[in-house]
Amino acid sequence: MTQLANANANVVVEQLRAWNAQAVSQVVEYRGETTIVVPRDLLRATAQQCKENRALDFDLLSDATCVDRFPIEPRFELNYHLVSLARRDRLRLRTSVSAQQPIVESLVPVWPGANWLEREVFDLFGIRFEGHPDLRRILLPDEFEGFPLRRDFPTEGKR
Amino acid sequence: MVLNMGPQHPSTHGVLRVLLELDGENVVSAIPDLGYLHTGIEKSCEDKTYSQAITLTDRIDYLNPLGNNLVYCLAVEKLLGLEVPKRAQYIRVMLVELQRISSHLVWLGTHALDMGAMSVMLYCFREREEILKIFERFSGQRMMTSFIRIGGIALQPPAGWREMVKRFVEMMPARIDEYEALLTENRIWQGRLKGVGYLSSETLIALSTTGPGLRAAGVPHDNRKAFPYSCYEEFDFSVPTRTESDCYARYLVRVAEMRESLKIVRQATDKITEVGPFKADAPGIIPPEREKMKTEMEALIYHFKIFTEGFSPPPGEAFAIVESPRGELGCFVASDGSPKPLRVHFRGPSFINLQALPYMVKGQLIADTVACIGTIDIVLGEVDR
Repeated sequence: MTQLANANANVVVEQLRAWNAQAVSQVVEYRGETTIVVPRDLLRATAQQCKENRALDFDLLSDATCVDRFPIEPRFELNYHLVSLARRDRLRLRTSVSAQQPIVESLVPVWPGANWLEREVFDLFGIRFEGHPDLRRILLPDEFEGFPLRRDFPTEGKR
Repeated sequence: MVLNMGPQHPSTHGVLRVLLELDGENVVSAIPDLGYLHTGIEKSCEDKTYSQAITLTDRIDYLNPLGNNLVYCLAVEKLLGLEVPKRAQYIRVMLVELQRISSHLVWLGTHALDMGAMSVMLYCFREREEILKIFERFSGQRMMTSFIRIGGIALQPPAGWREMVKRFVEMMPARIDEYEALLTENRIWQGRLKGVGYLSSETLIALSTTGPGLRAAGVPHDNRKAFPYSCYEEFDFSVPTRTESDCYARYLVRVAEMRESLKIVRQATDKITEVGPFKADAPGIIPPEREKMKTEMEALIYHFKIFTEGFSPPPGEAFAIVESPRGELGCFVASDGSPKPLRVHFRGPSFINLQALPYMVKGQLIADTVACIGTIDIVLGEVDR
């Protein structure tokens, strides 16, 4: 089972490297999950490739979320979890975002389902998504100050 | 005209607000407004040890607390590389399948209520009560059981559980027939649901919809089959699908799923042995037995450490997924090597499936909006977290 998972991962990495040698800056295999670290500027293009390349066929975006590694810089890690319904495979795309420039390209043009997921990340972490059609807070009220899921935001809230 | 529907509206099943732009009685556009139930569960998890956070997961999707426990525990077990005994896995499967039936029963009852069929709810809640009694016997709690723990389950199954579950499994098929007799061929029911809320399977996939909504569009995607967890590969069941992709098809899929879940529960009761382990053997992670604490010094030390400091999984990330009654429920846990999680994130299917609502109701009547919200089957606790 683990061998099979690795074999799939190799195909994915090979296909992506063949498409653009810069797209894969690191491959992490941990607990049977494959993570491909992508440079920030190539995120949307790589996602597009993952979806449209017939050999990869990641048609469903399952999840998008962020990890704040404050005080390490770049502090934000964006994780996109992709699913291929036909090939029964999963993949995580990761990119790092710094506190000075918390901007990434939105994946809404690739998967419309990224809309609310990215709004949630914007709402709670304050990362801006370029090209997002409707970037507003989604869970918190519009007048809320700060981004509560950042590690330097106190759990009991600001007073 | 712009109509404000909710947040206090009986058909929004909680506190969802939808801004409807209308042309006569037709919906031109719908904008959902969320967050009324946001409680910051993900943030709170970061302030608790790994075991303490389990009680918070119950409260995310309050119709599927055991499923939430399961996905969180699977993620932490993946981080730890922990193997759970088969017997505990079978018990988990049995409980989450019972939970799936109870969740679908609440859905069916409330949705029928929205559509004007009062009596169905009374029938559904009668059977749900039996399931809650089973949970109460197992854990002492009816809803927020926190019964699934890291490495296994909280307690040995109680005396007499097998008869209780078997009685339920034998009674239930006839009861599902009763609901179907009330609804499936009912002209009003069909009139309200057939052809309402259609979306193509391509649109649903693009919008990341999963669960019965996607299966009603002919895509047989079910994580229990596609990415088996907790020994689901050992169970014999099928994945019901329809192709019409309207509200009526979603109803048929859910009813068929209840029957499949009964099959799984029946198989699980046969697989669970009378005696055997119910949690993994992992000193330092799983609290030792009371008896051992009185005789072994290490056990006492572990007990003290687990409850004061917790345990520290190695740094890394894990993403676990299960098939909840509403679709793909995922849990992402990141560890930095400390006893508290760096990040816990839940991929709530309600939240993501609700994105399809504006597409579903476009051009339909206001009354159909109620049908669409109902068949998406949202739980606002999970939408807002």
